[in-house]
Amino acid sequence: MNGTSQSFTDKPILEISNLTKDFGGIKALDQLDLQVKQGEIVALIGPNGSGKTTFFNCLTGIYKPTAGDLLLTPPGENTIRLNGLKPNKVTQKGLARTFQNIRLFPNMTVLENVMIGRHCRTKARVLGAIFRDRGTRREERQIVRLCYEILEKVGLNHMVNEFAKNMPYGAQRRLEIARALATDPFLLLLDEPAAGMNPHETKELDDLICQIRDDGLSILLIEHDMKLVMSLSDHIFVMDYGKKIAEGNPEQVRNNPDVIKAYLGEDILDDNA
Amino acid sequence: MISLKDIRSAFLFSLWFIFLTFPLMVIKVNPIDKTVIWRWHNMLYIGVATFLLYIISRFFLQQKKARQEKIRQDQLKERIKWSHKILNEPKIYVPLLLVIAVCALSFPFIFSTYQTNIMITALMYVMLGLGLNIVVGVAGLLDLGYVAFYAVGAYSYALLHLHFGIGFWTALPIGALLAATFGIILGFPVLRLRGDYLAIVTLGFGEIIRLILENWNDFSQGPSGISNIPRPGFFGMEMSLNTAIIYLYFLMIGLVLFTIFVVNRLQNSRIGRAWFALREDEIACQAMGIDKTKTKLTAFALGATWAGMVGVIFAAKTTFVNPASFTFLESAMILCIVVLGGMGSIIGVILGAFVLILLPEYLRAFSDFRMLVFGGVLVVMMVFRPQGIISNIRHTYKFQKKTEESL
Repeated sequence: MNGTSQSFTDKPILEISNLTKDFGGIKALDQLDLQVKQGEIVALIGPNGSGKTTFFNCLTGIYKPTAGDLLLTPPGENTIRLNGLKPNKVTQKGLARTFQNIRLFPNMTVLENVMIGRHCRTKARVLGAIFRDRGTRREERQIVRLCYEILEKVGLNHMVNEFAKNMPYGAQRRLEIARALATDPFLLLLDEPAAGMNPHETKELDDLICQIRDDGLSILLIEHDMKLVMSLSDHIFVMDYGKKIAEGNPEQVRNNPDVIKAYLGEDILDDNA
Repeated sequence: MISLKDIRSAFLFSLWFIFLTFPLMVIKVNPIDKTVIWRWHNMLYIGVATFLLYIISRFFLQQKKARQEKIRQDQLKERIKWSHKILNEPKIYVPLLLVIAVCALSFPFIFSTYQTNIMITALMYVMLGLGLNIVVGVAGLLDLGYVAFYAVGAYSYALLHLHFGIGFWTALPIGALLAATFGIILGFPVLRLRGDYLAIVTLGFGEIIRLILENWNDFSQGPSGISNIPRPGFFGMEMSLNTAIIYLYFLMIGLVLFTIFVVNRLQNSRIGRAWFALREDEIACQAMGIDKTKTKLTAFALGATWAGMVGVIFAAKTTFVNPASFTFLESAMILCIVVLGGMGSIIGVILGAFVLILLPEYLRAFSDFRMLVFGGVLVVMMVFRPQGIISNIRHTYKFQKKTEESL
């Protein structure tokens, strides 16, 4: 009895098996397996061009995978197969993402950017928008309040009415996270959140990610900043040329010869040895 | 400010222009006398004019660049524009609105029927502009075939009256609904298209509708059109032409107010935000859980609705429709209103419609140069104010110290 209930809670919320994606002759992803468990911070690392972002795009429905299974199990619900779902449906299932090259809505205000995230959780229609009945007004108020709280959490509440395009770079990255949080995800995908940030900003980001995890979200993270990855992650997957070459906790990955080879090349390894 | 280099390039520029316009401006052949007249003085005019124009445009461009540099220096603080200042200050805009309201109400009683007619046309274009603004300005879908929906509205009234004797007030919602349906029909095939490709397909759609109306004689009576369409009625009252036009004028004022109200509410709603997001970044918009298909189709349908309504009014106003009223030029005109006025800005579009419709009417003396001025104005606008006369104003929210918000 105990064993079965244990296996239920241990069931990964995201389970990817055998994921393959071809672009013509190039195999961007080659039979990739990956699991994320509830409440974990999982990092995906690998040299440039190893297929990490392609993996995110397959997962969020922007690309269609050539083969393999993407299984999502929201906490306390049945497993859903994500293959072939449109991006907006994937988001609705509780999986939100940020982008490597920031994709905010530049000519909308900070608050509006976050409010967009609430779109899939609210349901005002055309007639509601025109007549503004009580239900619509209440919904609108709730959206604004919730979005403001999220902005407070990421520390952007002092610039709610600024245009997104006018914000400093680090703040734009945080706004993207805030926008993703507004969709009520249980799994957050962050694509290089620390790229281009200074050490101080990276530290703040580190705290923010920990805080999000403490709020009960699981996080799948692509990152090149090894200090950040090693300090944050519970589990690390290493990719190279679309294949998984290693996995484990930070300590195991750090000492894995395949990983060192992928990052530094073989000669340097020999020199060091 | 103007360097020697600028003067040199202005000189070269004017030389090039003299060369280009030489055959047109200098040589004049008199075929009767078989003589050639050389009008050398024209060369001088062209040279001086282009030289000065070049210098002036350089000067303004430099000023613009300097201003942008200043804005970049104090990063976050984008200068509040004068137009936005006026619109955010009740002390200024309330009396302004009152003046406009009084002018609008007394207009048909002060001016002649001819003037009122022009004003009705301008108000129709305000509605068309606001409708297209939803599609182009807000949702960012470049639609060059908007006139098709206008035609659908006009012909739905004309045909419904011809065959079933349906009156104006019944035809108005039917025309709007039919146009919305056509908006969705156009929307489906172009869901995957963006930018230039979308523009080409919508352009084709506009032409298809016009060509059908022109060639399907049994259906639409072809190029000869449909005549004897009744003007809008008022509880079956008989009206003289004069009163009918005044009545139509007030009807248009009411409809424009209705349009402004609805469009404004739509823009500041969940759906309006989704449209803006779609315009800003399609991929991010989808990744944030917005159904692209639904959002695009509502934009097309709700944009087309207004064109359908104006179409019905157009048929009632002129009492005659034929396909010649629904050419591509009309689409281009409405698009110009939106772009010149300011994409996504309601007040901008209204101003744009008045400028573009009323100016040509009141400057009939220069009607030979109308297209020249029109093109020139558009070019100058795109260089100096690409955001339009009044750029879009975003809704701002005020928050108190803690999490309670005041809406």
